[in-house]
Amino acid sequence: MAYSKQLIKHYEKPNNVGNFGTTAEVKERADIGVGVVGAPECGDVMQLQIKVDQSTGKIEDAKFKCFGCGSAIASSSVATEWIKGKTLDEAMEIKNTDIVEELALPPVKIHCSVLAEDSIKAAIKDYQKKNT
Amino acid sequence: MGLTLPVYLDNAATTRVDPRVVEAMLPCFTEIYGNPGSRNHSFGWDAEAAVNAARAQAAQLIGAQPKEIIFTSGATEGNNLALKGAAEMYAKKPAGETSRGHIITAQHEHKAVLDPAKRLQKMGFDVTFLEPPADGVITAEAVKGAMREDTILVSIMWANNEIGSINEVPKIGAVCHDRNVIFHTDATQWVGKMPTDVNRDNIDLLTWSGHKIYGPKGVGAMYLRRRKPRVRVVAQIEGGGQERGYRSQTLNVPGVVGFGKACELCSLEMDSERDRLLALRTKLEKSLSASIDHVQVNGHAEKRLPNIMNMSFGFVEGEGLMMAIKDVAVSSGSACTSASLEPSYVLKSLGVGDDLAHSSLRISLGRFTTEAEIDFAIEKITWAVHHLRTLSPLWDMHNEGIDINSINWQSH
Ligand SMILES: Cc1ncc(COP(=O)(O)O)c(C=O)c1O
Repeated sequence: MAYSKQLIKHYEKPNNVGNFGTTAEVKERADIGVGVVGAPECGDVMQLQIKVDQSTGKIEDAKFKCFGCGSAIASSSVATEWIKGKTLDEAMEIKNTDIVEELALPPVKIHCSVLAEDSIKAAIKDYQKKNT
Repeated sequence: MGLTLPVYLDNAATTRVDPRVVEAMLPCFTEIYGNPGSRNHSFGWDAEAAVNAARAQAAQLIGAQPKEIIFTSGATEGNNLALKGAAEMYAKKPAGETSRGHIITAQHEHKAVLDPAKRLQKMGFDVTFLEPPADGVITAEAVKGAMREDTILVSIMWANNEIGSINEVPKIGAVCHDRNVIFHTDATQWVGKMPTDVNRDNIDLLTWSGHKIYGPKGVGAMYLRRRKPRVRVVAQIEGGGQERGYRSQTLNVPGVVGFGKACELCSLEMDSERDRLLALRTKLEKSLSASIDHVQVNGHAEKRLPNIMNMSFGFVEGEGLMMAIKDVAVSSGSACTSASLEPSYVLKSLGVGDDLAHSSLRISLGRFTTEAEIDFAIEKITWAVHHLRTLSPLWDMHNEGIDINSINWQSH
């Protein structure tokens, strides 16, 4: 199975790797939402953190960490890139199929894109929960 | 040091054909092209002579008589013939009935044994799938303990293809012979690398394959004991009655000749090769264990083939790891490498957690592996594991002192 150029680019040089602090630190911060999806037993875990500009309501920065295959890592990289600068509502609109298309994911790797979409939604929900 | 990329370290999956094997095969396409079954002209006789020579070479590798060798299309067919053929021959009751006889095999066998065994279950046989211990070694005690009054067949592989662990084959054979139970071993990963003597090792049926021993794909053999006791199987491929009726089809002469040559080369070079591979694998294993923490070797530490290493690298996923070492070709027990999302059933059966199964690589060395290639692999893997850990949320959690097993993961 040969991978697309886009996928390899995102895998070899992923964007936005990192976090805004340790698990304990980010928990305390109202401007940060964290989404962790997947499970080690399933072979992929994605952690996505969003930093929201509380005056504009836009995602000003995003960071990810991923335990998973190349497609999972590339999907996380794309997801973080796409949500930066978007409002929460706009970010909620991102569909896994968009990521499938962007990276030309083969059918066995579609679950990686689903995970990326889920991680965006989970991070937004976490942010909203902190700010209600 | 003359390193050509990519480096091939997946010799348990298949091997490069030895050039000496290719050379032996070539005349069979254009000169010795007769049908070995043609009894009335020199083309047939020449082909028959070539096949007979190959039969002798195959027999010699395992200490058998040439008449005890049945050529097949590989180990998958051989295993199907051994299991289904022996079950049908030694069934206690005719087709259509239940309790037709008891068969013992193990959970970490190759699918080419497991699936025929499951088929036999549907055909009225009782099958015990022994659960291996953590080191993967099936003992004679375990087989003995599973024996029943109506046991007719035991099928235990000699060495496992994913972890290289070696089962107690000569002893298991002795247990079977004590009770007049037929003993089959899938020796695909063993034969050609380790000394084999079907008489000393108490074997009735043994199957192996050309492409794991530097021969061509699509050809293999089954050993069928002729004396003490005389063992028989019911043919599964019927037709022209070749191979004494046990396996019909015009023989694949080039394949068979290549297989024979591959067997001969293994007979000659096995001893020195074994030491060389063991030294290389030891270097690989020691170096990786020294330069990377949180690694674990899967399978038995010593009772293991010299050319296979299966290692789990904690907090890193296997397929991502394979992609990161793209100039080194290996296998992984990670689900992501196959269409199913389940990780390796072999590692699972040993009790390796799903997370560590997803983190495993199988690295298998072969005749053409050089020390420079091993050094390159060590360097690449070490770099890749450290790199991927910087990306891994599990690595962060581990370093923050969070117990990964305590998290309530939302599986998908
Ligand atoms: C232990 C074992 N049995 C059977 C097989 C199947 O062999 P073949 O590819 O010749 O059918 C293999 C190789 O994949 C193997 O490793």
